[in-house]
Amino acid sequence: MFDFIKDNLILNDPMLIGANISILLSVIGIVFILTYFKKWKWLWTEWLTTVDHKKIGIMYIIAAIVMLFRGGVDALLMRAQLTVPNNEFLTSHHYNEIFTTHGTIMIIFMAMPFVMGLMNVVVPLQIGARDVAFPYLNALSFWSFFFGAILFNISFVFGGSPDAGWTNYAPLAIEGSTGPGINYYLLGLQISGIGTLLTGINFIVTIIKMRAPGMTLLRMPMFTWTSLVTAFIIVFAFPVLTVTLALMTFDRIFGTHFFTLADGGMPMLWANLFWIWGHPEVYIVILPAFGIFSEIISAFARKTLFGYKSMVISIVTISFLSFLVWVHHFFTMGGSAAVNSVFSITTMAIAIPTGIKIFNWLLTLYKGRIEFSVPMLWSVGFIPTFLIGGVTGVMLGMAAADFQYHNSYFLVAHFHYTLIAGTVFACFAGFVFWYPKMFGHKLNERLGKWTFWFFTIGFNVCFLPQFLLGFDGMPRRVYTYGPEDGWTGLNVISTIGGIGMGIAFMILVYNVYYSFRYSKRETTGDVWGNGRTLEWATTTAVAPHYNFAVVPEVKGYDAFWLMKQEKQKEKIEYKPIHMPSNAGTPIVMSAFFFVAGFGLVFKLWWIAILGGIGVLACLAVRSLRSHKEDEGYYVSVDEILKTEEKKEA
Amino acid sequence: MFKKFKPLISVVMGLLFLIVLSGCSELAVFDPKGPNAETLRDLIMYSIYFMLVIMIVVYVLFAFVIVKFRDRKNFNEKDHEPNIHGSTKLEIIWTLIPIVIIIALSIPTVKVLYELEQPPKETAHKEPIVIHATSADWKWIFSYPEEDIETINYVNVPEDHPILFKITSADSMSSFWVPQIGGQEYGMPGMVNDLYLQADEPGIYDGMNSNFTGEGMTHQKFNFVALEEDEYQNWLKDTQENAPELTEETYEKLMLPETVEELTFSNTHLDIVDHGVDSGEYAMKIREKYGIEVGVQDEEENDQEESDSTDESNSHHHH
Repeated sequence: MFDFIKDNLILNDPMLIGANISILLSVIGIVFILTYFKKWKWLWTEWLTTVDHKKIGIMYIIAAIVMLFRGGVDALLMRAQLTVPNNEFLTSHHYNEIFTTHGTIMIIFMAMPFVMGLMNVVVPLQIGARDVAFPYLNALSFWSFFFGAILFNISFVFGGSPDAGWTNYAPLAIEGSTGPGINYYLLGLQISGIGTLLTGINFIVTIIKMRAPGMTLLRMPMFTWTSLVTAFIIVFAFPVLTVTLALMTFDRIFGTHFFTLADGGMPMLWANLFWIWGHPEVYIVILPAFGIFSEIISAFARKTLFGYKSMVISIVTISFLSFLVWVHHFFTMGGSAAVNSVFSITTMAIAIPTGIKIFNWLLTLYKGRIEFSVPMLWSVGFIPTFLIGGVTGVMLGMAAADFQYHNSYFLVAHFHYTLIAGTVFACFAGFVFWYPKMFGHKLNERLGKWTFWFFTIGFNVCFLPQFLLGFDGMPRRVYTYGPEDGWTGLNVISTIGGIGMGIAFMILVYNVYYSFRYSKRETTGDVWGNGRTLEWATTTAVAPHYNFAVVPEVKGYDAFWLMKQEKQKEKIEYKPIHMPSNAGTPIVMSAFFFVAGFGLVFKLWWIAILGGIGVLACLAVRSLRSHKEDEGYYVSVDEILKTEEKKEA
Repeated sequence: MFKKFKPLISVVMGLLFLIVLSGCSELAVFDPKGPNAETLRDLIMYSIYFMLVIMIVVYVLFAFVIVKFRDRKNFNEKDHEPNIHGSTKLEIIWTLIPIVIIIALSIPTVKVLYELEQPPKETAHKEPIVIHATSADWKWIFSYPEEDIETINYVNVPEDHPILFKITSADSMSSFWVPQIGGQEYGMPGMVNDLYLQADEPGIYDGMNSNFTGEGMTHQKFNFVALEEDEYQNWLKDTQENAPELTEETYEKLMLPETVEELTFSNTHLDIVDHGVDSGEYAMKIREKYGIEVGVQDEEENDQEESDSTDESNSHHHH
């Protein structure tokens, strides 16, 4: 056992030793603080066992920001390596690990959880619900994502990270990759994928079944709409990933030959299956972003959203099309002209509904009275920046032209323009916008603006030159290049931009600390003063755990805004509210998933079996106790009165 | 804050546009040296014009609304109409315009896709030279079956003559790309992808594998050398007479995951193995034979160090 640890703990690299030590110190620090302030019990009852959708959402967001840091450090290491030709800062092997973990972490463990965190916090509030449909399941979703992420991340210091790219293409991932890295990838994604799929099911049921009286489908806020459509995409796409990962896990661990070179394996099958999930995945992270921008633009333009129905039609259209375009990820794999033509046209067709949305946003701004607060800056900044991602996407969709873009930095620049200007801008916008709902105070506006400008300018300086590098034939994933290639100047500019984004991130983190210390505490629910949807109708800045003392009645689109127009005060009569109990099994069960996954990564069967037994035991416990847990409890009228009166004072 | 940064933003944006404009003509894709790359360049430029028009329209509209309707001291209350919720007419217009644009982009795209399946029109009367391009981690193997010669990590072709590349791979999926000559195509074991290419001017062009195939991928480059017709014929004759024979043992060594320098042989590997039919089994067996095991980290790293050093000493001699 000792040998096993000694062999796998990576100690031959000063950078990794540094990382090991800093991880160890942080863990010791956290344990010390929790013990010193006697916070262990509080942590367990308030957070680790919570089933409150808002707290789960907050935990998602915190995890996502930590992952943004990790993925961002990866990104800066890559930029450092590529700044000058023939750089020896990183070896090929190390570089390959870093771009693989950068891609995987940013998509699976940063973008998706960030979006899901916001969905968790906001959607039940927006539809006037007390919680999601299955609160217990929601906790399980979060914890399986969390332990999947941990499993993936420890590869960095224990055994070696995956190094076959975030697409993990066979046969390279099976026959060309050494060490346990790919196993970490397969099991980390598998475990967190369980959580994602459960979230998809949970949000479909929540949104379909738990809307407040009067909220018809066509009165749902845009963010709720996009979340619903996203949940459907998840439910259709994620089973494909589950099966695909399982097949390769068999190849890697049990010696089957689904995707291998020899014995009849089909490496191409991996590429097809991966992108049948992978393309819809892109829309899983971008559609909620569109929803967030719609809410914020409408709120700070002080106008109702322009073209609501065409917005809804276009997101539904995009979700259909997202399943019909996967071949555009390999136009160059020798498909016939006919096949490439079909997928080329379906790909470009996505520009039609997306274009509709862009013009609708512009017209929402038209005749508005625009207030440039920080969430609005991100949302408005999104339009011109994302447009560059959009038009280059159409260029890439032209299959013939793609023969010159494929696998080049043009592609790298394009998807960063869509994913950063789309999803990351939206995450920041939503984070700042709903921050007071989560924590009871705003983030500092001045620091927020600094973050925005550093990030946006840094982002463009980083990625615009990469379009040109692509045109100059620089392939993605190369770890170095020569001075004769002529790529140095543009790479230097790109790195400078990357540093700008890094600074922006640090200002953001400082802002969280600064605002916690100095920001004015908010007391009303409608913190920004221009809330239009029901989350602002809760009476306090931080919505109480039961959300609404009285379930609101919805009289039209922009439900809360209509309520404010009416301004009639009825006499409120409170009734006891039924809420679900906290549960410990989700975190314990997910921890056992982690144990099982870790065992499989290293083919240590006794650990894998132990983890498996643990999972089964947790399932048994839940089955035996579910009637008790599902009984929940009632919040008394007294307690409601106490909570609700706080805001009046 | 916003105002303070305005000049800075315009300076940065201006600089970036300058880089874009000044850089374009020298970028490989915009400096084609063959009919295929030219066709693709024209298609790309055609799409760029459309994209620029779209961007200008949106940017102008965008600038107009955010300047005109921003909340400020002397904001004219009449400009604020909070209840406009849509306009069927407008929404139909901006559904139709992108549809028209997509059609305008689809037609030439499909045309070019079919065109690229054929040899270039200008030289259609010449019989294409067939060259097999096989990728093996991490090198390019070029076989001329009719001329019975084989080159590693460089390929010589006559100018103004269509070449039919038959692209395949001995192991990983790779992508064969010479940006100044034409678009790329994947090489996969057990499959052959056809790609017609042609060079219009003598010269040495950078060729590479652009698909990730592991540690040595960065160094999997080759020189695409276009020669004048008689120069090419002389090279062929010289190679056929003077280059060494490719033995089975030498070929087996090429299957190992490492980079090698440029090599030339007076026969091809096609008698030993046809990678277009072999699903990768051959390379895997050779690796087993030479004791290269998947899953053994240390060995792999040592191999990499060795191959890195051979790559640095890689000399370029093909004339």
